[in-house]
Order: sequence, then structure tokens, then C-alpha cells
Amino acid sequence: MPEADVSSFAFPESLKGQDMIALIVRRFAGLVITLLIVSALIFLVMDLLPGDPASVMLGTSATPETLAALQKQMGLDQPLLVRYFAWLGQAVRGDFGTSYTYSVPVAGLIAERLAVTVPLAVLAVFLSVSLALPLGVISAGKRNSGLDYVVGVVSQLFIAVPGFWVGLLLILLFSVTLGWMPAGGFPGWSAGFWLSLKALLLPAIALALPQAGVLTRVTRTSVLEVMSEDYVRTARSKGLSERTALWLHAVPNAMVPVVTILGLQFTFLIAGAVLVENVFNLPGLGRLAYQALSQRDVVVMQNVILFFAGLVIVMNFLVDMLYLFIDPRLRAGAR
Amino acid sequence: MRQILRRPTLLAGLIITVILVAIAFLSLVWTPLSPTKMQIVHKLKPPMAQGLLGTDQFGRDLASMLMVGAWNSLSTSFLAVAIGATIGTLVGVTVAAIRGLTETVVMRACDIIFSIPPILSAMLFGAFIGAGRFTAIIAIAVFMVPVFARVTLSAARQIWTRDYVMAAISMGRNRAKITYVHVLPNISNQILVQVTIQLGLAILTEAGLSFLGLGMPPPTPTWGRMLSDSQTFMGQAPWLALLPGSAIALAVLGLNMLGDGLRDLLDPRDNV
Repeated sequence: MPEADVSSFAFPESLKGQDMIALIVRRFAGLVITLLIVSALIFLVMDLLPGDPASVMLGTSATPETLAALQKQMGLDQPLLVRYFAWLGQAVRGDFGTSYTYSVPVAGLIAERLAVTVPLAVLAVFLSVSLALPLGVISAGKRNSGLDYVVGVVSQLFIAVPGFWVGLLLILLFSVTLGWMPAGGFPGWSAGFWLSLKALLLPAIALALPQAGVLTRVTRTSVLEVMSEDYVRTARSKGLSERTALWLHAVPNAMVPVVTILGLQFTFLIAGAVLVENVFNLPGLGRLAYQALSQRDVVVMQNVILFFAGLVIVMNFLVDMLYLFIDPRLRAGAR
Repeated sequence: MRQILRRPTLLAGLIITVILVAIAFLSLVWTPLSPTKMQIVHKLKPPMAQGLLGTDQFGRDLASMLMVGAWNSLSTSFLAVAIGATIGTLVGVTVAAIRGLTETVVMRACDIIFSIPPILSAMLFGAFIGAGRFTAIIAIAVFMVPVFARVTLSAARQIWTRDYVMAAISMGRNRAKITYVHVLPNISNQILVQVTIQLGLAILTEAGLSFLGLGMPPPTPTWGRMLSDSQTFMGQAPWLALLPGSAIALAVLGLNMLGDGLRDLLDPRDNV
């Protein structure tokens, strides 16, 4: 969400409980409107691009008659607005259409693939946060030391390497050379929890490293900024040790920018997942999007893209809401 | 010049970037061998055994392919960022001059565009207009527009509160003129830093797109497709995976270091 929204409630001395609720309701209305606009936009782009779904499906060899028949069957002869609202009406009832290639409802297809992508993303975020937070904080605590320098170089490297290449290197090392890990594929959760988790481990590391690089740098900068503020200096002049001041005062207050970046990074997490799932042959949503592209399954593509965009928007909304709970100035106002 | 020498990050970033750009331009007039020339008898040779960096599964010279790949990657990324930065900056300064409801609407629109990763919009465009350099450039550029619009807007808004701008307003200068004379020159540093950093991101995205087959079509070598092809020969020829990936990482690292260094140099306030 835009920076302006954050700064507009940066000093809400008078923010009471009801105001909080009103604020949340207003934001939620904004979220719904944004989602509607995104769906309309994706619908419009699919419509404006040359070649409609019917001609894409039939290919260049189709006769005008078969094309017209299919267009009629798919409802493509209706005006744009009629089609959009028909689609929207079905979508709110959970009907996102039927895949051309799989001949199954798209909603079910997406749900099935989410069972791979969501655990993968959660594992990746967990790994990157548990690597980046300690590194960033320690690096800030020992500013300008050799350790700080090494962490700086390593995080620069993490940011620069493409996640999917890290995936290839991990396969090269752990699967091809050492033979410890599967080179790809997914056994399915029914085949065993640990077996499936093992299949997700290397892809999650590939996805996590670039994230961890960004987060480490943001954590370090943010902690350093807070450390130079008055209340931390006061705490230290009271006789608190450097370490207590760091972990008790600086770290909690340094988390706001870290959470912001984590939210903004979500777009890149999704883009990374599309690539990493293809490297490791994981039957996730990203792989589905890619397969739908090569099979020209427009309905699936439209919905997967819409789903990903919606996910990013909802995620940003949640981060925005999270500010209300982690920014102590806001809590003080609401008390 | 002395300023640059005293900053190791800036210097390292500058050296890496200049070398890569030089290699990219050199590939236009000279490569050790033709990057598309197949010599099956020499296939899958390791570095130094055949040519400087070995050969791929068709016996093509890897060094030549990497050089042409540098040109393809850098030129595609540069064009995409140039388009995105130009449109985004125009949107940003215009909105900063008008403010009000326009600002809210335009920035919301930016949020929406930003919510669709370029990999996905490239798939969307690619399905209809076909994969290729044009698709890649448009997909990346579209994503860059909101990035630059946001950076420009927040920088320009600060300039609009300065005394000299107030003076210009009170003198009756119109907003377009103030934007051109006062706002743009004062935010150009921030835009330059952002261009450098986003170039790194564009290279990563372009590599991802060509890895998925959404970039330039074969036989033109791209770093991303070289990586994609390397998967089949991982056990026999690991250098096929190692070299193009290192090239991507080096290019991004160089640009990021250059961007960081430029930011420190041009914006002393941010020296944490």
C-alpha cells in the first residue's frame, strides 16, 4: 500500500477504539474495490489482446464457421460488460469456469495446487526470516566489525543470485553429486508428511535466499536507525547494557520497516515460486500457470493470474492492518 | 573522481558494470566463434578443453554465447527500465503537481499494476502476442511504471514544499514550468539511483522470463535459456549451469553495488 497511507496515521493521538474499527472498515471497503478493479482489468486485458480464447484454442487452421460456433458456445459473442458481470456473478459463488485442457472446474484445480504452493511459500518465508533477523540484528549490534562486513557482502550476494539458479545449484550439489535429496517432483501429502516436506526443502531454500538478503539489509538499517534514537540512548545511559538495549528496545521497534518490506517482497516471492516450481517440477500454482500457458488454457491462466494478484493485494492489506498492532504509537492512541 | 575512488562499493560496482557493458558491445562486432555455430564433435567440452569456457550440447562455444547473452540481457533490461522510468517519472511529477483526487486514483492504479508480477503479465501477453523480446520488454516496463511513479511522487512532493517553489508559485509561474525548472532537476539523483537498482531487478526478471521460454526465441543465446537447457546435462556438464548463472549474478551484483554507491554519494543524509 502507498507510503502516504502510513504517514497519514503516523501521529494519531486521538485514535480511539471506534476510530480504529472505522479505519479497518474503510480499508476493507478499499480492499474489495481494488479487487473488483483488478478483476475487471485482467478481464479487459484478456479481451483487448489480439485473438480471443476461442481462436487461441482452435489455432490458425480453424474455419470461420467453427470459430463462430465456439465463440457462441463460450458466450464470446456477448458484449464485454455482460460477459464480465456474468463471470463475476459466477466467481462470487465459487465458480471460476472450467479448464479447457483438464475439463475440471478451475476452482478445484487451483485449490489442489495451493496445497503445494502455500506450504512452499510459508517454509521459504520462515527460513528467510529466521536467517535474516539474527544476521541483521547482530550485524547492526557489531557495526563496522569484520562480521558486519561479511554479513553485508553475503546479503549483497543473496540479493544478486536468481532464486531459480540457486535451485539448479542445490540440485547439482545435493541431488546429482551427493544423492541426498530428490532432484524434483512431489510425492503428495498423502504419501507422508516428512517425505513431502523433504521435497519442498530445497525449493524453499532457493526461494528464501534472495528474500533473506533483502531482509538482512533492511533489519540492519532499521535497527541502526532505532539505536540512534533518544529513548534507546536514555536506556543505555541508565546503565542498561548494550545487548539489553539492543534486544529489548531497538529490535521490537525496528520491526515495522521489516514487516513492510516482507509484505512488499510478496510479489517477488510469487514470481520466484513460479520459477522455482518449474525448476523442481513441483505441481504448484506457478507450474499450473506455466502449463496453462503452453497449453493455451486461457481460463486457467486468467484465474491463476487473478488469484496471484489478489493474494498480493490481500497481503498488502494485512500488512497495513498489522501496523495498527505493532506500531506502539498507534496502540498508545487506541488505549 | 577522488570521491569515487574513496568508495569501494561504488568503485567495484562501476568496474563490474563497465566491463559487462563493454563485453556486451564487443559481442556486436566480435565473438571468439559464432555463438550459433554447432560443432557436434566438440560437444559438452569443459572450460579450457575447447574454447575458453567450453561448449554446450551442440558444441557451440560457451564464451561466445555468454557474450551475446550479455548484450541480449542488458539491452532488453535497459530498454524496459528506460520505458518504465520515463512513463513512471512523468506520472509521478504530474501527480505531484496536481495532487488531490488524481493522486489517490493514480496511486491506487499503481498499487494494482504492482500487484501483478512481471513473470505473470509476460505469460498473459505471451499467450496472445507470442513470446519474444517485445513481450519481455513490455512486461518488465509495465511493472516498472508504478515503481518509478511512487519514488518520483514522494521525492517531488518534498520539493513542492520548499521555499523556492513557494516563491515561484507566488510569482505566478505555472505548475508545468515549476515541475520542469525546479522539481525534475532536484529529483534526478534519486531517479538515477532507482534506475540503477531497477536495472538489476530487470536483469533478474529477464533471466527468469527466458528461463521459462518467454524471452527471445532460439537460436539467439540468452543467459536464462542457457540455464534452462543446462538442466538436462547437469551431471555431465555442470559448467553449463554454473557459468550463465554466475554471469547473471555478477551483472545484478555490479548494478546493485553501483546503485548503493551512487545513493551514498548523491544523498549524504542516508549514510547509515
